[in-house]
Amino acid sequence: MTAPIVGKTQVADPALSRRSFLVASLAGGAALTFDAQMALAAGVVAPQAVVLNAFIRIAPDNTVTIGAKNPEIGQGIKTMLPMLLADELDVAWEQVRIEQTDANDKLYGVQVAGGSTATPMNWLPARQVGAAARAMLVSAAAAQWGVAASGLRTSAGRVIDPASGRSATYGALASAAAAVPVPDLAKVTLKKPEEFHIIGTAKRGVDTPKIVRGEPLYGIDTRLPGMLHAALVKCPAIGGTLASLDDAAVRAAPGVVAVVPISSGQCATGKHDAVAIVGNSWWTVQKLRDKLKITWDIAEQQAFSTALYATQAAAALGKAPDATVFKAGDADAALARAAKVVTADYSYPFLAHATLEPQNCTALWHADGKLEFWAPTQNPGSGRKDVATMLNIAPEALTIHMTRIGGGFGRRLMNDYMVLAGQVAKALPGRPVKLLFDRTDDLRNDYYRPAGWHRFTAGLDAQGALVAFKDHFVTFGAGGKPVRAAELPASEFPASVVPDTHLAQSFLTTNLTTGWLRAPTSNAMAFVFQGFLDEVAEAAGTDLPALMLRTLGAPRELPTDRPGIVFNTARARAVIERVVAFAGWTGKSSSVAGKGRGFGFYFSHRGYFAEVVDVTVTDGAVKVDKVWIAGDIGSQIINPLNAEHQAQGAAIDGLAQALVWQPVVQEAGAVQTVTFTDFPLLRLDAKPGEIAISWVKSDYPPTGLGEPTLPPVIPAVANAIRAATGKRLRSLPLQLA
Amino acid sequence: MPIELTVNRRKRAVTAEADKPLLWVLREDLDLPGTKFGCGAGLCGACTVLLDGQAVRSCQTPIGEAVGKHVTTIEGVAALPVGRKVVEAWEAIDVPQCGYCQAGQIMSATALLTATPKPGPDDIVGGMNGNICRCATYVRIERAIRVAAGLEEKA
Repeated sequence: MTAPIVGKTQVADPALSRRSFLVASLAGGAALTFDAQMALAAGVVAPQAVVLNAFIRIAPDNTVTIGAKNPEIGQGIKTMLPMLLADELDVAWEQVRIEQTDANDKLYGVQVAGGSTATPMNWLPARQVGAAARAMLVSAAAAQWGVAASGLRTSAGRVIDPASGRSATYGALASAAAAVPVPDLAKVTLKKPEEFHIIGTAKRGVDTPKIVRGEPLYGIDTRLPGMLHAALVKCPAIGGTLASLDDAAVRAAPGVVAVVPISSGQCATGKHDAVAIVGNSWWTVQKLRDKLKITWDIAEQQAFSTALYATQAAAALGKAPDATVFKAGDADAALARAAKVVTADYSYPFLAHATLEPQNCTALWHADGKLEFWAPTQNPGSGRKDVATMLNIAPEALTIHMTRIGGGFGRRLMNDYMVLAGQVAKALPGRPVKLLFDRTDDLRNDYYRPAGWHRFTAGLDAQGALVAFKDHFVTFGAGGKPVRAAELPASEFPASVVPDTHLAQSFLTTNLTTGWLRAPTSNAMAFVFQGFLDEVAEAAGTDLPALMLRTLGAPRELPTDRPGIVFNTARARAVIERVVAFAGWTGKSSSVAGKGRGFGFYFSHRGYFAEVVDVTVTDGAVKVDKVWIAGDIGSQIINPLNAEHQAQGAAIDGLAQALVWQPVVQEAGAVQTVTFTDFPLLRLDAKPGEIAISWVKSDYPPTGLGEPTLPPVIPAVANAIRAATGKRLRSLPLQLA
Repeated sequence: MPIELTVNRRKRAVTAEADKPLLWVLREDLDLPGTKFGCGAGLCGACTVLLDGQAVRSCQTPIGEAVGKHVTTIEGVAALPVGRKVVEAWEAIDVPQCGYCQAGQIMSATALLTATPKPGPDDIVGGMNGNICRCATYVRIERAIRVAAGLEEKA
């Protein structure tokens, strides 16, 4: 089952080699020359500014405006993608202005903040667009001066002729450049890494100056003439429907414009009903919510509860699994002849995303039936489809402006707030309506990280090698398949390398909608698999890094469930070896009482991360003293300032899941976790004492960093608590007594 | 009811119900959306402003309690000498990720450094623990406070 090594992987993901959209948009840009209609930010184009292609606009004063096409949720993409373009365009960062583009995947390609995919998908195409524009500017100068383009060079937004000493700004050349035929993107000359002057340098977030001065940037800050505000009453049990509504008292209240019954569109099938109160002030309308007389039909939802799932999961673990996820050899036979067998049960709860900016969206239904959105969405393309389907309108009828987003973490890959706001806007044509969830709405109507239960069994041979492996995973499913984010990858390590293996699953049902939480599936699988393997290592008389290195075996590429992504054991080994050296890991437990050290490794989102955590446990309270991170995300750290920040943030986010966050609790069909007291987030007092990061540069294209730092820190802290206390915690959150 | 207060050194008059939180008066009536709604329960700190120099959660402050008082928001904090240092440190260190909580963080940090110009680690936790950063930018928050206080260099 191991794939042959095919040399240095040029990332083979089909999505990465799809350059056609860029060819199309660049050709369009050249054809349209001054027509800003198709290009970024029509309406704010400075006089005589030239739109060179869909991403680049050059003004006579040599200011270069670059379109940032992906949603910004704090991952730094609004800064990073323009860095790629600007470097190849060969302009000074100081002359660059950055604008968020609208959602238009025909023009800009995929516009998603998810899966740590922006870097691998754009590393080449974004640079090619910049290089093509540079080539057009050079061609224009060569034609003007009557010299060969090959003799010209560029620097800081100027084309220079070293032979004559002449030079011209891009601003002066832009009009002529826009008429130059667009070069073949696949053939444009790209810089060598040693020629980069922006890529690899620390750049602050482009919106930072506005953020620290409180300028309006976020969806919740949208303000339009005549805008109305909407508050929601949603059925407390997801999936429930409206049985009766008496809104007379609310309609009669001052400041109320309308009461609009809507269906959330939160559920893939079936309804999840809500009632919107619309008026001149959100504060006013949300206060009226308890004056609506509503009865809900929750007959189909009310049996679901946290307690029910726990009972059902325990029962399911005692039975044969429903289905096989992956099977190799004969695990039972191998276990029967193993020298040593280790078994343990692990579990983790439902979790919410709790973005600090509550879900919101502003929509305006125009007289011509067109619908305009100001949406903090991580996935505007799917929002467009969801709204078009719900309202039975053409997807092209939607204009979507992307706002800055006050936290995504995967919550805003789902677009229920767009569907809701669209329905309210349709009921009030000509009036923009801003819909805003309160915190209870937000925590109660999430797409939760699904809970899961695992029964692991491992067999060791007489030499301590891992020879048999089983996992019975109890998860949530519908129609014989896992629900969203409840999957167990068939290629999960160590199943991918142990000869006799069986990964199997059984399904429970739930009315809760589930979804992707930062590092989806990985945030759970890292904990259970690396936690259990720490136990296996102990049984084998070794430690987890040593067991990992032994089990990973010779350098090779293993297939994964995702097309085009391979798991390279050499890269895994390299980060493990790095963190072991970096942290001074000796495998020996601390001689100081209450202190312990743990290790975790995980490969996710194309990134390889090995992490070590030191803890001090005092009276059952866990303090994280230090985290060491060794990560391989390819050949180039594009923005070191942000890379450090993302890695720190993701590591602390993982520690929050491990130590601070509490389970989302459900009773009688409804989520009962509705405040930041019920769902506490990590605060400054729980910040680790220190986080040290070491990048392992490898000879592979750069990949994303929003997620892969997160998963391994969870097992690392669990394993550290074991080392400090002797207690093995097998359920999240990690709680001692 | 008609209400007069001073916001960012400017006298403002609004008509609002006395129980309307200062947060929503700022956001809806005074066109100052820099102060953020996070939880509406005083648990996250995103809505922190200064009321007569003290950090308060504006979602828990009825406008009636702000009558005749001086309110400083993120839009005006850089006009205070301490606030300016905090804003400059936040910018230089590039503290924000999503940035949504940072207005509240900056207001709390300004109150902290006004009361305690050279804070120790416990002072920083004491002054800042009411402010959640969901992106967990805490390493830089702590550092920016130390820089603003002159306890650490920027670079």
